[in-house]
Amino acid sequence: MSKNLLHDNAKNWYKEKFIEFENNLNGEKLLPIHQLRKDAVEKFDELDFPTLKNEEWKYTNIDSILKKKFTPSVNKVEFRFTEKDVSENKFSGFDHYLMVFDNGIFNESLSNIDELQNGVTAGSLKEIAKSNFNVVEKYFKSSRKYCTAFDVLNISYTSDGAVIIIGDGIVVDKPIQIIYLNGSENESLLTQPRNLIVVGKNSSVRIIQNFVGNTGSEYFSNVITEVYADENAVVDVCKIQNESESAFHIERVQTVQKRNSVFTHHNFSFGGKLVRNDINSELCGENIETNYNGLYLANNNQHVDNHTFVDHAEPNCQSNEVYKGILDKNSKGVFNGKILVRQKAQKTNAYQSNKTVLLSEHATIDTKPQLEIYADDVKCSHGATVGHLDDAAYFYIRSRGIPANVAKSMLIRAFANDVVDKVKISPLQDQLNHMIFNHLNRVEIG
Amino acid sequence: MSDEMKLVEDLTQSEYKWGFSTDIDADEAPKGLNEAIVRFISAKKNEPEWMTEWRLKAFRHWQNMVEPKWSKVKYPEIDFQDIKYYSAPKTKPKLESLDEVDPELLKTFEKLGIPLEEQKLLSGVAVDAVFDSVSVTTTFKETLAEKGIIFGSISEAIKNHPVLIKKYLGSVVPYTDNYYAALNAAVFSDGSFVFIPKGVRCPMELSTYFRINAMDTGQFERTLIIAEDNSYVSYLEGCTAPIRDKNQLHAAVVELVALENSEIKYSTVQNWYPGDKDGKGGIFNFVTKRGICKGNNSKISWTQVETGSAITWKYPSCILLGDNSTGEFYSVAVTNNYQQADTGTKMIHIGKNTKSTIISKGISAGKSDNSYRGLVKVSKGAKNARNFSQCDSMLMGDKCGAHTFPYIEVANNSAVVEHEATTSKIGEDQIFYLNQRGISTEDAINMIVNGFCKEVFNELPMEFAVEAQKLLAISLEGSVG
Repeated sequence: MSKNLLHDNAKNWYKEKFIEFENNLNGEKLLPIHQLRKDAVEKFDELDFPTLKNEEWKYTNIDSILKKKFTPSVNKVEFRFTEKDVSENKFSGFDHYLMVFDNGIFNESLSNIDELQNGVTAGSLKEIAKSNFNVVEKYFKSSRKYCTAFDVLNISYTSDGAVIIIGDGIVVDKPIQIIYLNGSENESLLTQPRNLIVVGKNSSVRIIQNFVGNTGSEYFSNVITEVYADENAVVDVCKIQNESESAFHIERVQTVQKRNSVFTHHNFSFGGKLVRNDINSELCGENIETNYNGLYLANNNQHVDNHTFVDHAEPNCQSNEVYKGILDKNSKGVFNGKILVRQKAQKTNAYQSNKTVLLSEHATIDTKPQLEIYADDVKCSHGATVGHLDDAAYFYIRSRGIPANVAKSMLIRAFANDVVDKVKISPLQDQLNHMIFNHLNRVEIG
Repeated sequence: MSDEMKLVEDLTQSEYKWGFSTDIDADEAPKGLNEAIVRFISAKKNEPEWMTEWRLKAFRHWQNMVEPKWSKVKYPEIDFQDIKYYSAPKTKPKLESLDEVDPELLKTFEKLGIPLEEQKLLSGVAVDAVFDSVSVTTTFKETLAEKGIIFGSISEAIKNHPVLIKKYLGSVVPYTDNYYAALNAAVFSDGSFVFIPKGVRCPMELSTYFRINAMDTGQFERTLIIAEDNSYVSYLEGCTAPIRDKNQLHAAVVELVALENSEIKYSTVQNWYPGDKDGKGGIFNFVTKRGICKGNNSKISWTQVETGSAITWKYPSCILLGDNSTGEFYSVAVTNNYQQADTGTKMIHIGKNTKSTIISKGISAGKSDNSYRGLVKVSKGAKNARNFSQCDSMLMGDKCGAHTFPYIEVANNSAVVEHEATTSKIGEDQIFYLNQRGISTEDAINMIVNGFCKEVFNELPMEFAVEAQKLLAISLEGSVG
């Protein structure tokens, strides 16, 4: 046990809550998924919450999360969000399937997944755990990378989440948008969706994860998303996180890729008081491509921490990573990008870049691009820059009679553009651009 | 190919050329570390009471510290009670000319490639040769004295210049800084002291050759360089050590203080025994080096060529406190066989318009691990701070590792910080191209590696640049087939 009282109290709180949760499960206690929860809670007992002494959490103090006692949202009491909330917050203007989660619990009536192709399963983990657990079991059992207290906290309370399973040789015709509506006016909730995306051989899918918060409400969303991309699969996951400004958001994305697969992860971070993303990929096969694409915007007192890890285990793979940050007011950004090239992974091409613009004198950034290389025939590079908006470019625009605020917006738009551009759905791009200016309270330009 | 392989075999198996041990009676402390030993060392050196107290304070602090474990190096547990903390040639010869020096000692220097006479006559380098922790002879002292420059051993300075020592010793690296700095403060045996008074440009390169000699003696030297306003000094440090079976600990502390408009250039060539090709033996080099640009417009420049030691673990750093001050770090770190290096720098920007440059070249071969770990920190008040970092790694063979851990912390939006790193190997096409032109594979590799490191070698003083290139060639002998 650690000597940290705050951490111990938080731990005890969630352990007590677990007993409560377990007692309310009644018959569901006998379901095989409960064994996984019990294993996890045991591990939760052993693990301490990370502190600043922990290298992976050096720049992110999580005490503010632990100070608050959140009630795990595990059951549908009543849905808090309505049709109106969904239509206001979903990304629109393009055809898509829709899955709606209300504080981590699937709301079937608001979702639209009736017309899915044959061979595509999309639904609620809660239902699948009851009727068809063996479909997801092997993936859940093979997940061994869950090593932080937050990971096992999620698994301890596994209740619901989006499960998308795509058979072999299927190109899903429309993107699947998963919208997570979080927050409650009268309770501080802990929402912990556990998502599973399995894409079969020669299949392709595009998924949009849309996290939306109830303005002003304080909650903690602690998410796990697992992605399995089989041979030749093409998977594109676009995460847009716009939680409430007083919310805490932690997500771990764990990807396993097989031969010839392509995985692209877009990570747009707007909301949240304290945000932490851990995005990890294991490249278990040759000719794999992994793309990480990130844009984090922070304003006021936000704290945004992105950790990425690409594990090159096999030869002839490539990874590309571009993370950009725009930090305003008193916000703080953290970036840690790790690339590991194992001895076997010859002919690896790994590229990583992290660029941050500080818009205010009080904004800070701590960045650590990290390379660990054990193979000699590789091309690996990383670059990191920190600075302000280009003075020369600004002067050029101003000298052509463009007002100061518009000139700044133009530069911001240009800076963010190469990340936004990689999202291949053009109506979504427009909505993202709007969100950028909206979040930074700047004049919008098209 | 088989010829090349043979060449590689021959060369990688070449023995450490400077491995030998000199039999001179050493005045030794018994093994172990306790307050009595600290007092013994202090008494041996005839130190004043305040110095003994300082050492004891450091020692007590050290006792409450835990050994750091965060680096990316692996080594067996060090038994700090199994080390002799003091060893010195029995009497300190006070000699006017080299003829009076013990001939065996002179032979050692010759083997080391430090012909004192030649250096005296030809290169104009004043050499303060530290032989097992105690300065044996100091040359050119008089020339320097004329200018008011103090260059000598730190134990002498403690006796003769207590005001300066009290003011500056531990001011950059306090004994509370880290585990090994505390240990060093408690037991340091000797080291160099340089003081450049106001407005003086030191007319020659100052240099000290350190050498670890007696069996099982950790060498804990301590260097302090002070450059007063408008002064300049270039200091060279080079090292070789004989073959030993047991790992030896080397925990030095170097402190640099640069006052207004002054410049300190500190160059190191480190070639201690790296252990044999199976990773047996070798020196543990855990060093704390730090300089502070205290005055405005001051500059500190670190250049290092690290080819030796079983483990190198050091981060020569600059604290850029004065406005417009500049910090530079140029490094070549070469690891072969089972060597491990975790090295880099810290640039702490505090003053306005401060600038720093980091150029680091890591070369790993054999089964070695080479890490760059660096920090660039721009504090809130460091307006217009500017940093450029470049860390390139080269891998030779598929059993070695090259790693980069750059930490960048920026808290001022007018700062511009850039970092880039690449990892590559020597291209077959490059070797082929040179082979075509009648250059042997070995020479080709040397040429490519030297080209890779050129940016750093250019920063070294002439005498060192030559030695560095030779060292590089020996360290890497035919690592690529």
